[in-house]
Amino acid sequence: MSQINAYYIQIICLIGINIIMAVSLNLINGITGQFSLGHAGFMAIGAYTSAAITVYGHDRFAFLPENIFFILALLIGGIFSALAGLLVGIPTLRLRGDYLAIATLGFGEIIRVIILNLDFVGGARGFGGIPEYANFFWIYLLAMLTVIVIANLVRSIKGKALLAIREDEIAAESIGINTSQYKIIAFTVGSFFAGIGGGLFAHLNTYLHTNSFTFLKSIEFIVMIVLGGLGSLTGSIFAAAVLTLLPELLRGIGEWRMIVYSLLLILMMILRPQGILGNKKWK
Amino acid sequence: MSEFLQQLVNGLTWGSIYALIALGYTMVYGVLRLINFAHGDVYMIGAMTGYYVARHLPSHFSELNFGIVLGLSIIACALLGALIERVAYRPLRNAPRLSMLITAIGVSLFLEYGGQLLFGADPKFFPELIVSRPMFHFDGVIISNIQFIILLVSFILMISLRFIVLNTKMGKAMRAVAFSQTASQFVGINVSSVITVTFLIGSGLAGAAGVMVSLSNPKIEPLMGIMPGLKAFVAAVLGGIGNIPGALLGGYLMGIAETFVTAYISSTYRDALAFIILIVILLVKPTGLLGKTVKEKV
Amino acid sequence: MKLRSLVLFTFFAISLSLFACKKDPNVIPIGEFGSLTGTTATFGLSTHNGILLATEEVNAQGGILNKKIKIISEDDQSKPEEAKTAVLKLIKQNEVKAVLGEVASSRSLAAAPECQKAKIPMISPASTNPKVTEVGNYIFRACFVDTFQGSTMAKFAYNNLKAHKVAIIKDVKNDYSVGLADFFEKTFKQLGGEIVSIESYSEGDIEFRAQLTSIKNKSPDAIYAPGYYTEVGLIARQARELGITVPFLGGDGWDSPKTLEIGGKAVEGSYFSNHYAADDPNPVVQNFIAKYKKKYGETPDAMAVLGYDSANILFDAIKRANTLDSTKIRDAIAETKNFPGVSGNITMDRNRNAEKRIVVLKIEDGKIKFAEAINP
Repeated sequence: MSQINAYYIQIICLIGINIIMAVSLNLINGITGQFSLGHAGFMAIGAYTSAAITVYGHDRFAFLPENIFFILALLIGGIFSALAGLLVGIPTLRLRGDYLAIATLGFGEIIRVIILNLDFVGGARGFGGIPEYANFFWIYLLAMLTVIVIANLVRSIKGKALLAIREDEIAAESIGINTSQYKIIAFTVGSFFAGIGGGLFAHLNTYLHTNSFTFLKSIEFIVMIVLGGLGSLTGSIFAAAVLTLLPELLRGIGEWRMIVYSLLLILMMILRPQGILGNKKWK
Repeated sequence: MSEFLQQLVNGLTWGSIYALIALGYTMVYGVLRLINFAHGDVYMIGAMTGYYVARHLPSHFSELNFGIVLGLSIIACALLGALIERVAYRPLRNAPRLSMLITAIGVSLFLEYGGQLLFGADPKFFPELIVSRPMFHFDGVIISNIQFIILLVSFILMISLRFIVLNTKMGKAMRAVAFSQTASQFVGINVSSVITVTFLIGSGLAGAAGVMVSLSNPKIEPLMGIMPGLKAFVAAVLGGIGNIPGALLGGYLMGIAETFVTAYISSTYRDALAFIILIVILLVKPTGLLGKTVKEKV
Repeated sequence: MKLRSLVLFTFFAISLSLFACKKDPNVIPIGEFGSLTGTTATFGLSTHNGILLATEEVNAQGGILNKKIKIISEDDQSKPEEAKTAVLKLIKQNEVKAVLGEVASSRSLAAAPECQKAKIPMISPASTNPKVTEVGNYIFRACFVDTFQGSTMAKFAYNNLKAHKVAIIKDVKNDYSVGLADFFEKTFKQLGGEIVSIESYSEGDIEFRAQLTSIKNKSPDAIYAPGYYTEVGLIARQARELGITVPFLGGDGWDSPKTLEIGGKAVEGSYFSNHYAADDPNPVVQNFIAKYKKKYGETPDAMAVLGYDSANILFDAIKRANTLDSTKIRDAIAETKNFPGVSGNITMDRNRNAEKRIVVLKIEDGKIKFAEAINP
């Protein structure tokens, strides 16, 4: 009986993490209209940074209560991801649409290849032995925080600026919105939370491999926000839950998962591009 | 010196492959402003088609068999490309470009994972249609007959494309649509046909690349198109996306750069090299080496 | 409305899964994980065949402790991260008493910590990288280690082939390949040989001409390519196309029927170190080959032999321990002495590695032939 519960809880935890990832991506792609295909890269940075801290810093920081240590590690992971978001956001300010998408894709892959070549985090063998600090409580606490922070951002004046940039960047610029600044804010905040999500992912699975952070992973999050509706935070939460459950329910026919995803993308775009919940904002 | 020349030959051979694939990307982008993510997977289908055709041919090695395999793969891929355009991209002709991009990603994934299901995920070994022999041997540099064939066939295909684009009515129409879809409609060009032809040609070239790669690097599998597709795309951007000579230039530069980085620096960063080139170009000159800067109109 | 029906559906689905697991008390569940699909599929499939053959024989004689052995197999798709997931499932969901696997050192390394943590003994049939058994005292292997393998090939190259200048081309993404290359290099240099070039590639690459052109320029007497059969065959072909004629040397990662298929004429005259030779006249070996051929219709490769041996070592240990307690089984495995395996007489040393001999095989006339045997 306890085995079933462990499996069930694992899925619920994964849903929580994916909610963080989807909502943070939606901030960048859906709200601000900056099409980023490199979200997995930010997740990876958060994951590996926080894991490196908890694995290598375990003895050095033994005086800290475990919970504080964990949160600190997550925060630092998030900050590193945010820095990466900054690093990606600034040079790509001039890029639009497709170009931006490809540039972020490139950044995501570069990040992954760099991590793959870092031997102290396992390289091609993977990074194991990460303490299992993440649990239902932490994940959902942080998921709620993420949603609240981002929802508040969207509802604030800053959020209106972001939406304006999405609708028409040149018009926004012409009415005095500092588009560069706001795009950077979107990228930085979005990647910060992606880093938190990554850290939680690392401490739930206790094992990391760069193969979990490829372009394909970024696509999974794209599918989530497209399904839920670009710009709809409620939609992202819903879609994250559905698309985390779906592969588990389809476990027997695993090879069909990506085919289902790909058809979902194509059909959604052709039949209902606004996603299931459309452009409805936070309810 | 001979080592340098040999590396150059290696780089040019791969450059031909990247150039052929890049041409498809650039042509489609020119007429549709779409990055056809699925293009790299069409290359894979070319290799797979070639594999299945080759296995059913009478089993003696011959240039004729190669010709048949090449021809059939080109046709199959051309048709596949046109089909994809019809089914997945045409309904979105008037939608925001982002929607088409997402759909393209969907098609790409569908081909990759559908391919895994259909062909099996395990790598296959392409039948040896042409036995490799050194063809030219001078001063320590060897060009094998396969490398020569790749260079020659690529050259022929590129010259043919040039002829079509510059000297035929359809070519003129393609250039017109790339310049302005709306204006082309006004002068009576059937934009849909032009787009279909663009996909036919571009995909056919990718299919040819797929078969030729299988000659010199016979291990093929359903995900083999991802990296070459991305690299060829970067090559197209490098040369100037939408610009046909640019695609050629970019392709050959990419092939040579890759070979030299692997030879003189390290093989582990070879794949990352493409992305680094991409970032640099996008930051320094996004329109590419041969591209023209276009002001965005309000 | 849609949300509600989704929630209902979810609960329904999850409650269905509650009925999923049933345990049968009359079998001994033994887990096996391997690369049944993916880039190195022949490794996993051969090992799997060997393990199943051993299981069939034991069960035909009534099983162990009056129970039949049930092998539960999981595919890791040739990926280290999947190896970990596979082993976790075997331990947590199938509650296996012991685990057999894997061939590839990188995948064994990914899975071993889980077995060690759960105190489930794991026997790797063919992982040769020393780090595998260093994970902990529950991890064993039925084969020799790369320190031995690498140095043996170095000696063979220097003394037998009289190759004094060797180039190395290794797979940097693979602990096995990197380890072997290092051990070869160390011994070869100690003997007085010169490593003229060290090139690298990554598992999955298909293009090696850049590296090979560099190697060609340094004029080695031989090239050591301690990688897996999938890349090694292509490397050899491209080398020949570039006009490189010197012999290739390799490790047990070469052992697959696909090496000849992919490498063709390019691998003629190459040597590689391995765990057994199919043309070994020893009746134990020939007997096994006959049994295997009868069941599977092909000659077994070393992975099949090691799969068979590791399974039998495990069964023997369970018999000696006379209990299904995993810790006692572990102790019994550690005490394995002079076990008569097909790949030789097997004794577990202090580091839980098998003390065994190496055979050097040569590819000649499109066939793999025995060249020499070297004892530890």
